[in-house]
Amino acid sequence: MFFKFRKKPSSKKSGPKWDRGILVFNHTSEVIRAESTLKSSGWEIKVMGPPPEIRTGCDLVIEFPLIEELNILRSLRNASLTPKEVVPVNSPLLEPVDLFHVKDFGDWLMVRAANMKLTVDKKTLTIVNVSGGGCPDVPYLAKNLCGKKLQDAPHPRDIGHTLCGYALELAFKEMKRLCLG
Amino acid sequence: MLGIVGTVPDQDFPLTIGKVTLKQGKIHIEDQEVEMSRGTPALLGAVCKTCQVLGLPEPLALLVGDIGLGHGSRKLYAYLENEVKNLGLSTVTFHYLQPDVDWHNRVLFALQEIDPRPTLIADAGFMYAAKMSGQAEEYDLFTPDIGELAFLADEEAPHPFYTRGFILHEDNQAMDLITRAYKHQNAARYLLVKGKQDHVAHQGKILASIEGPTEEAMEAIGGTGDTITGMVSALIHSGMDIERACVVAAKANRLAGHYAKPTPATQIEEIIQHIPRALESVDKPYSEDNSS
Repeated sequence: MFFKFRKKPSSKKSGPKWDRGILVFNHTSEVIRAESTLKSSGWEIKVMGPPPEIRTGCDLVIEFPLIEELNILRSLRNASLTPKEVVPVNSPLLEPVDLFHVKDFGDWLMVRAANMKLTVDKKTLTIVNVSGGGCPDVPYLAKNLCGKKLQDAPHPRDIGHTLCGYALELAFKEMKRLCLG
Repeated sequence: MLGIVGTVPDQDFPLTIGKVTLKQGKIHIEDQEVEMSRGTPALLGAVCKTCQVLGLPEPLALLVGDIGLGHGSRKLYAYLENEVKNLGLSTVTFHYLQPDVDWHNRVLFALQEIDPRPTLIADAGFMYAAKMSGQAEEYDLFTPDIGELAFLADEEAPHPFYTRGFILHEDNQAMDLITRAYKHQNAARYLLVKGKQDHVAHQGKILASIEGPTEEAMEAIGGTGDTITGMVSALIHSGMDIERACVVAAKANRLAGHYAKPTPATQIEEIIQHIPRALESVDKPYSEDNSS
């Protein structure tokens, strides 16, 4: 079964393309922290793929309304986050994969988000397997999640550092929604 | 010598280069001991089991701790850039490493200086970097799963996380994705595509497809792709041609999974234990009678 990642309706229309900028960080884990900080402060931002000229490998950037740069940087500074670069953009950015796939194995349920899969024992809500991905935090995340109950396990966004970790967070959140409501 | 390059999920694990042995279900390298769980340790477990069956010497592992920050991977990349030419490697498999195009290129340039050039196999994060660098055709074999094949087929995606929906769509058949990956020069000379059906492809054509036995639960088990890459690496290193090695590894992985009678909760260590029997059974006709 495929379905789109659920997105909150945005409160404002997206601005014209020349009004956008991107925040570039050293690590995906910093992007994830910045995303949480800015979203909880009510900023209209999106996690996207970087333009080709600044790609190094395992990248995410935050797209934001350029006119709010100073306020957004202040919010980040208050959370001890400093972007490596702030770059205006005027061309389309890559969007993350936005499909979930859910597979019911009877006693087990598997959720796939992008390239990451998370499987849970439906009776005990214990995470039994993590598979997919290719970045080096995948085995680390698996080690820290497997054997733990869904409600007790650390969020992949808190201990992961790469795009694979970010994808696993999406699967984890969807699994929680399906199993815990 | 066969070299396996990858990471272990422990940031304190030092840069370690040494022959690998299996003792009591754990991987031993120099004075380090590693659990044979998913990722490069699972690949190493499968390599060691395959080498034992084939009577090959132990592989050389080049390992470092990395939990996704990339510090360990960069240490290992730097070591390879300077030392890979001195290691006597004739086959090299690159695995879970932080995808980093600049470092990938430095390592590839160092490998290209070796004469004769080693057979190059890439999977996981290093395969992502190889594709993103535009140098995929320098490799002899990539071992993507079907989702990673869609990523190789998308000429714009720098990581599977950004594969565009129209390419990722389930209606796209493996053949279409393989054709597209070769068209945009984003595939290695050979591809071993891991999935519900496994496919061996060369220069845009499917040479073989492997279907049975099928265990649905394998999709959920972390490490089942790592074991297939481990087996095919050892088989190629033994002198088997790449097409045949891919077919044997794919069949053996399915048999090892089948013998383990897996559920979605099965751990990869249980499947690795069945690899020797699976490799010995590959050419025997499969039947339910010899399945348990």
